[in-house]
Amino acid sequence: MYEAIVVLPLIGAIVAGVIALVGARNRYPGANPPPPHDDHAAPLVPEDHPHAAPSPDTSHAALSNTDSEEHVAEAPAAGSRVCELITSTFLVIDCVLSWYAFFDVGFAGHDARITLFSFITSGDLHSDWALRIDSLTVVMLVVVTTISSLVHIYSIGYMEDDPYRPRFFCYLSFFTFAMLMLVTADNLIQMFFGWEGVGLASYLLIGFWYYKPEANAAAIKAFLVNRVGDFGFSLGIFAVFFLTGAVDFDTIFAQAPGLVGKNFHFLSFDLDALTVVCLLLFMGAMGKSAQFLLHTWLPDAMEGPTPVSALIHAATMVTAGVFMVARLSPLFSLSPVASGFVIFIGGTTAIFAATVALVQNDIKRIIAYSTCSQLGYMFVAMGVGAYSIGMFHLFTHAFFKALLFLGSGSVIVAMHHEQDTRKMGGLWRKIPFTYAVMLIGTLALTGFPLTAGYFSKDAIIEASAVATNPMAIYGFIMTVAAAALTSFYSWRLIFKTFHGEPHDRHHYEAAHESPKVMLIPLALLAIGAIVAGWPFVSIFTGHDVNEFFRESLKFASGNNILEDMEKLPLLTSLTPTVMMIGGFLVAWQFYIRRPDIPVALARDQHVLYEFLLNKWYFDEIYDFLFVRPALWLGRLFWKGGDGYIIDGMGPDGVSARVLDVTRNVVRLQTGYLYHYAFAMLIGVAALATWFMLAGVHG
Amino acid sequence: MSIGLGHYLSVGAILFTLGIFGIFLNRKNVIVILMSIELILLAVNVNLVAFSSFLGDIVGQVYALIILTVAAAESAIGLAILVAYYRNRGSIAVEDINLMKG
Repeated sequence: MYEAIVVLPLIGAIVAGVIALVGARNRYPGANPPPPHDDHAAPLVPEDHPHAAPSPDTSHAALSNTDSEEHVAEAPAAGSRVCELITSTFLVIDCVLSWYAFFDVGFAGHDARITLFSFITSGDLHSDWALRIDSLTVVMLVVVTTISSLVHIYSIGYMEDDPYRPRFFCYLSFFTFAMLMLVTADNLIQMFFGWEGVGLASYLLIGFWYYKPEANAAAIKAFLVNRVGDFGFSLGIFAVFFLTGAVDFDTIFAQAPGLVGKNFHFLSFDLDALTVVCLLLFMGAMGKSAQFLLHTWLPDAMEGPTPVSALIHAATMVTAGVFMVARLSPLFSLSPVASGFVIFIGGTTAIFAATVALVQNDIKRIIAYSTCSQLGYMFVAMGVGAYSIGMFHLFTHAFFKALLFLGSGSVIVAMHHEQDTRKMGGLWRKIPFTYAVMLIGTLALTGFPLTAGYFSKDAIIEASAVATNPMAIYGFIMTVAAAALTSFYSWRLIFKTFHGEPHDRHHYEAAHESPKVMLIPLALLAIGAIVAGWPFVSIFTGHDVNEFFRESLKFASGNNILEDMEKLPLLTSLTPTVMMIGGFLVAWQFYIRRPDIPVALARDQHVLYEFLLNKWYFDEIYDFLFVRPALWLGRLFWKGGDGYIIDGMGPDGVSARVLDVTRNVVRLQTGYLYHYAFAMLIGVAALATWFMLAGVHG
Repeated sequence: MSIGLGHYLSVGAILFTLGIFGIFLNRKNVIVILMSIELILLAVNVNLVAFSSFLGDIVGQVYALIILTVAAAESAIGLAILVAYYRNRGSIAVEDINLMKG
């Protein structure tokens, strides 16, 4: 059964991929496809469409201009419907199987280890393709397959106008396969395979509309920033192998307690081995989960289609880092320093992303920063040692964040691919169903009592309040503050999008509710956002944690967070709720009662506003620190090293000298017969003279 | 005064020199170049026959006959080329024939 769960999406991806390739070959025999002219082809629009006026804001202007014109979309690729049906069906089967596995493994306790076949045997290094099915895995299985199947179905509606649907569904299923490989991995190498697989799928899907330069740039950026994290991750794997001589989890975990106090000797420094390993591995998690310093790719990744944002950049792939820390909890629980660093990064990300989200205007970017912030929460939980609580938030967050993204996708479709919240407003009358589900998602995200987010988020804040790690108090303060900001920006999004006066009459009038195939997944996710919390409270945060997770999570000895949480003063446990209400009231005041306040505030606090609007100037700083020096260095090596020295001394230089010589030789050739005859005679005369002077035998 | 080997060789040298100068000083017509080549060959023939008679070796005269044959064939080919060239380019002036260069 578990083999089926993992392989079904791969089969779907292969089938869809073959259909996409065959279709492309039939459509463009022996030639590259011309750039398509559908409504996503922003930069190409003005040439062919007389109505589209050039505008400084090219992407949005061009996107919004197209809807007033004749729709000149290409015909959909052959077999689009077949691909949709095959991949979606496989995913739904997967989803059902996963829920069965969830109960079978989680509650009935039937863990499994399935060795499929050997992967690498080289000296001391042994690695198998093996599935490790335990409670931690099945939680991820459920999250991945549920969200993925709903996103597949939703995409049928969302991508309706796109001519390249087979390719899209191929990538989507391939992503699901890679993610399942990641969560079922039994050793670090297999995990790394899945890790890179989802990275590849993310790259392909962000750049799905490859004819948009922004999408290409965002895809490359995501890939490169992830490489930084993966560099740390691979170093961590090497270090683990160096210390334990194995890459499979069982051996590593068995040896982990013996590594405490061991040192690495590196460049005359003595470093605590376990801390170094954990920090390196966490570096990988930071990249994949878009944590502070390596977060810059996530907002840009919103260039991809919205279902992709929901699946990859909200619910599943970005939580891979959290999952990895949970999976390696036997290592992390032994290193308080590394755990403290995890809390620090998590808390910083939570507050940083929340502040940036306050002032963003793109509906998807707000939610992207919100995702970043919520991932920070999860890492705070991982850092304080409350691994099950972090997993709980991962679980609930997947539902309501996917809901928010898909809901915003529905808004975007209703607004004809307009993403700027400043041009929305008053939409609740036009798209009441989307409004309702977005409202549910927002309630869950802000932690409204009894919704899914309430249980998991409050549990994180409580856990950080009682944790013993010295960094925990930082995590507590940051997550509480971020809770207020979360509430504010979430309600700001709702108010600006759905309430108030419509700012763009034309779009407002044309707004329409999405088709049923998009609304049904939204409804299911909305149910998930409400009920994913309370039935699971006891297994994630309560007394049943040990019975449910058993050996899959390892809590540090003397870690009594789960018991201590119950002794927390009522006031502390009410703090997040108070913060949530406070944020809501401020947002209400700002965007419903007195819409002039935020404008005045932005003017008064001009510096702060610009600082937040430009995302703390991270892109600019990185541009200055890394991108420009890298470009300069690259240009130096390209022009100076390769062009001037290697080519200059090598092929180019030789050919240039040959040309110089021949150019002079050519000048001797006049083309006149008598010159040639003269040369011949001179030669004959010289020869004769030579023989006369030197003699025939000379 | 009997006519000795030296006289024959002088005539050959004069003919040869005339042929060389005919090639270089001629600026008008390619046919003149062909004729000059004939002249050079003739000089060679005179030398061969003179030496043959002087040394009493018949091979030199046989050789002279072979050279005559070759010279006839060569001028036939040369003239044929000239005719073809004239048809193509409309001129056989030496100044105009300068295509053989890089």
